[in-house]
Amino acid sequence: MKPPPFEYRAPTTVEEACAVLASLEDAKVLAGGQSLVPLLNFRLARPAYIVDINRIAAIDRIYERDGGVAVQALARQAAVEDSEIVARVCPLLTAAVRLVAHRVIRNRGTLCGNLAHADPASELPAVLLALGGHVVARSIRGERVIEADRLFSGVMETALAPDELLVEAWFPASSQPFAVIEESRRHGDFALAGVVRAVDRLALFGVAPTPVLADPRDPARGLQPSGDLEATAEFRLHLVRVLTGKAFAA
Amino acid sequence: MKVNGVVYPTPADPRRLLSDHLRHDLGLTGTHVGCEHGVCGCCTVLLDGAPVRSCLLLAVQAEGHEVTTIEGLASDAAPLHPVQQAFHECHGLQCGFCTPGFVLSVVGLLAQHPNPTPEQVDEGIAGNLCRCTGYASIRRAVHRAAELSQK
Ligand SMILES: Cc1cc2nc3c(=O)[nH]c(=O)nc-3n(C[C@H](O)[C@H](O)[C@H](O)COP(=O)(O)OP(=O)(O)OC[C@H]3O[C@@H](n4cnc5c(N)ncnc54)[C@H](O)[C@@H]3O)c2cc1C
Ligand code: FES
Ligand code: FES
Repeated sequence: MKPPPFEYRAPTTVEEACAVLASLEDAKVLAGGQSLVPLLNFRLARPAYIVDINRIAAIDRIYERDGGVAVQALARQAAVEDSEIVARVCPLLTAAVRLVAHRVIRNRGTLCGNLAHADPASELPAVLLALGGHVVARSIRGERVIEADRLFSGVMETALAPDELLVEAWFPASSQPFAVIEESRRHGDFALAGVVRAVDRLALFGVAPTPVLADPRDPARGLQPSGDLEATAEFRLHLVRVLTGKAFAA
Repeated sequence: MKVNGVVYPTPADPRRLLSDHLRHDLGLTGTHVGCEHGVCGCCTVLLDGAPVRSCLLLAVQAEGHEVTTIEGLASDAAPLHPVQQAFHECHGLQCGFCTPGFVLSVVGLLAQHPNPTPEQVDEGIAGNLCRCTGYASIRRAVHRAAELSQK
């Protein structure tokens, strides 16, 4: 297989990347490529330009800020998984990132790319939402903060403008008790349904176009998950109730 | 880019996948291609020592980096790398299609966990599919590889 033709740009600074994104029609950022390249290979995505951010130096930091942990654009999911800072400040994120794909995928895939991709069945957007974190977006117009509850707008759609680069995600510290529990067909697959508990807050994934906050006492209320070959809508609702029960049993 | 210690020019066409570049341009057909969307693990290679999917990397992205394929894994002194030796001893393969990807993933697994628990072994090979062995002999091979690597 071969991706469709595109023009390739590899800026070396964030400023240059923002300028390039602002100057091009129909450009896609390439971070870890673990979601974008499959879409190219299947020709489900046909961007005119690929803006590869992997040549930008020093945007792979994971550091403490404002009582939480910040993860920059090129920090790989494996680095988040191994990070002592994340394990200490936000162990919920450590637990969640281990459920994302497989280690070899996490060696390349980035946390920020995962949030930008906004797959409805993805764990990390639900963690950001449950904890009430935010992302920082950068463009030639400057920098802005997008809160988790404003970021995810639809299936693989976010509030990021086409010329904005997600430069950092920030997760508040996670306190006990927390849990992230999902059901998937095979280990490492996307979840059929999953729940994230952060003390008394509950976020669900895989059961709506975006991750959603829910009432732990009646988590399935108002949900209309889609059914597919893997699971019917009813089964997904059942999973939401069972997994929420498990998450709040502790 | 360097592949197995040899410097090669980077392909001009940015849409050349690293997997296709290795196989078609460099003739390194030990890197296998199964699904081309990251699911099967057959195309796994080492990029600067860490296993990655070569079907999800553009060849141009490897410029300035070191790629190790199954052909370059064993040192000059030994015909087989300890992980290859362990797969051989434990019958960790039948048709062999999945084997290069398993071996390179296991190299990464043992770098992370030199003495993996059975759970860590399962976790470490979960991203690779094998249609022949039923995985039992592959699990054994990983434990044997850990032993051999410590010697
Ligand atoms: C076999 C397999 C199994 C997987 N299983 C799971 C799973 O269980 N759970 C899960 O959550 N994910 C899973 N994934 C997806 C994986 O987590 C991806 O790494 C992640 O979704 C995308 O991150 P990336 O860095 O690879 O982004 P890319 O693939 O490079 O980009 C993805 C999208 O985000 C945009 N983007 C990326 N970075 C930025 C940025 N900094 N600013 C603006 N836009 C950006 C891109 O333009 C593109 O549209 C799986 C992938 C594979 C191949
Ligand atoms: S061919 Fe790359 S993972 Fe299947
Ligand atoms: S040995 Fe045949 S696919 Fe694994």
